[in-house]
Amino acid sequence: MDFDLTDEQRLLKDSVERLIADHYTFVQRKKYLAEPAGWSAAVWNQYAELGLLGLPFEEKLGGFGGGAVETMIVMEAFGHGLVLEPYFATVILGGGLLRRAGSDALRAALVPRIITGKLQLAFAHVERQSRYDLADVATSARKDADSYVLDGAKSVVLHGDCADTLLVTARVAGGRRDRGGVGLFLVDADAAGVTRRGYPTQDGLRAAEVSLAGVRVAADAVLSDNALPAIEHVVDEAIAALCAEAVGTMQAMHETTLEYLKTRQQFGRPIGSFQVLQHRSVDMLVALEQARSMAMFAAVMAAEENAAERRRAIAAAKVQIGRSGKHIGQEAIQLHGGIGMTMEYKVGHYFKRMTMIDMLFGDADAHLATLARLGGLFGNTKAA
Amino acid sequence: MDLSFTDEERAFREEARRFFRTEIPQSIRDKVAEGEGLTRDDMITSQRILNARGWATVNWPVQWGGQDWSPVQIYLYQDEMQQANVPTPIGFNVTMVGPVIAQFGNDAQKRQFLPKTANADIFWCQGFSEPGSGSDLASLRTRAERKGDTYVINGQKIWTTLAQYADWIFCLVRTDPAAKKQEGISFILVDMKTPGITARPIVTIDGGREVNEVFFDNVEVPAENLVGQENKGWDYAKFLLGNERTGIARVGASKAKVARIKELASMERVGDTPLIDNPRFREKLAAVEVELKALEMTQLRVVADERKREKGRPNPASSILKLKGSAIQQQLTELVMEVVGPYALPYQRDFDGRNEATIGPDYATEAAPMYFNYRKVSIYGGSNEIQRNIVAKAILGL
Repeated sequence: MDFDLTDEQRLLKDSVERLIADHYTFVQRKKYLAEPAGWSAAVWNQYAELGLLGLPFEEKLGGFGGGAVETMIVMEAFGHGLVLEPYFATVILGGGLLRRAGSDALRAALVPRIITGKLQLAFAHVERQSRYDLADVATSARKDADSYVLDGAKSVVLHGDCADTLLVTARVAGGRRDRGGVGLFLVDADAAGVTRRGYPTQDGLRAAEVSLAGVRVAADAVLSDNALPAIEHVVDEAIAALCAEAVGTMQAMHETTLEYLKTRQQFGRPIGSFQVLQHRSVDMLVALEQARSMAMFAAVMAAEENAAERRRAIAAAKVQIGRSGKHIGQEAIQLHGGIGMTMEYKVGHYFKRMTMIDMLFGDADAHLATLARLGGLFGNTKAA
Repeated sequence: MDLSFTDEERAFREEARRFFRTEIPQSIRDKVAEGEGLTRDDMITSQRILNARGWATVNWPVQWGGQDWSPVQIYLYQDEMQQANVPTPIGFNVTMVGPVIAQFGNDAQKRQFLPKTANADIFWCQGFSEPGSGSDLASLRTRAERKGDTYVINGQKIWTTLAQYADWIFCLVRTDPAAKKQEGISFILVDMKTPGITARPIVTIDGGREVNEVFFDNVEVPAENLVGQENKGWDYAKFLLGNERTGIARVGASKAKVARIKELASMERVGDTPLIDNPRFREKLAAVEVELKALEMTQLRVVADERKREKGRPNPASSILKLKGSAIQQQLTELVMEVVGPYALPYQRDFDGRNEATIGPDYATEAAPMYFNYRKVSIYGGSNEIQRNIVAKAILGL
């Protein structure tokens, strides 16, 4: 039983943390927010130089060959820094789909460009009616000779506004919520028939509504005509990544609050000297450590090929992260009093990002329902 | 123990319901229902309609526009007002400075300020908190030096809600720095147009600008604007803060919120099933409804008890109402987030005056901003921590 990082992983952690410390102070972040894309191209290039954009990709294409633990390390540092760049959309979601559903040829064509920072991806999957059901796809893909023609609308596409290429799901066969028949297609963001409307999200990141009207996809841009199992695995890995980011976010809120309790004076003493606040600070720490543990559990289980077992683990992790995140976030604001409510101070920004992470790919309650439906984690007599 | 309302009380409730749902413009009530911000005009319009009927300042002394109502009637009036999504009259005018002037002001001040305050001809804001004086309000340092017929004020206030709308500000200021902190504070009224006053908006985490910093740089205020006696301001503040807490349970508003949540949950579908038919969701909502009912009963007991209490003395039980009322309000904002789902993500606050189509359903746009904004309700008006201290001391004797 070994929770220690390898030397290589420790090196990765140190270098990402240093990058964030040097380039992602709260003041610097404010400047990046004001850039047209809402994030920093210069920092994106720093990620490229450090090899972060190639983290999960195979070494023969120039990647690092990293797994879920490497992703966890990077995402936790990103959460601590509240980064704005489209790493999750491009490397984790887009990259994950290329790894699990893309052909060797497609990966050879795209991955090198991702690694050098030249290509950004976005996963256009969620729709107005789908909420958190990954199988719910109304966008249609009509076969036309060797091509497909896509029609429909995609919602809240993370970093869909700046993506060069979209990975779009559309139904090739079956009813709207059937598990079979979900196709996955590569669509150029500037292709004829694609309309995007970009907007900021509550946490300062970006997303887009994407509509597809008669969008033609050639045969070599079809990743799969039955992509749901691969999508589910990629989303589980993505949730594990989000759990790690959330831990970094929670860590920052806990640290900031602790610092405030030690320095803010009222009634002639630091407010951290009041026992009630000390106990609540401890409760925040307990919540943080439980979340950290579950993020590690998620990283370890992300590669599990038994889908039901993986699903239970990831669902449990997302529940813990959601619960801990809400608790720590709400307490962080409360213990800061008025200044916790301002945009000028950082704790509110962390709180907003944590709130959005909770909502992505299903909130805590949605995953709790899934976990319950799948039989829970302990003492199961039902076969997986 | 008879919990039924009398025939007169029932008739009064009916009349209040009719009045609130017909006389206040629908557009204003819709904004309140959907959590959209009200303009200055909205707030003034609504208050003047109420005031024309004598229903803006029901808690004031009768000679200054109050109603001779029983505590039960006042409760019914508040409940129907909130359930109808009618904006509460401007709190700073009606529950804060108005009662202070009515109770502690001199005749000239009452004549000069009370009718205009009731009719929102003067829009007030509150200069209490400072960067160094939040929970420990009595430690405030904004200084008012008496010079002849004038007080010269220097200092800074913070969290001043709607200072950008305000005509006048009522302030707690330090008039005797040498005295024990609670014994050197005065209560003074200041025209916001007085030279030396600067209001600067603070952007809150929901993207709004409802609170401000207010800076005082050698602001000269006529000595006749002092309310009551010099250095007795802390007593008047305690009186005011006690009043601030009584209406703060917001039971009616939470009832309206529950109704809205049920409406939205009928529109959102999970798969093919409306969310309102999801048993887990319904149980969660039912659990909050239980808490709300308990709060309503508790509020009624406090209201009934008012009849026996000395008028004007704050009731520590109002701290219990605030603790529970805040928690319920916050829980309801969380439930709205859950109902709305993925479309809570887009940020759509329109401060640049752009007129763009909504992303996703209309009811989703304010879900996250309201969740963020409402973190304040456990902080303002005396934080949860202060309320617990009050109860521990005043009720439990600890």
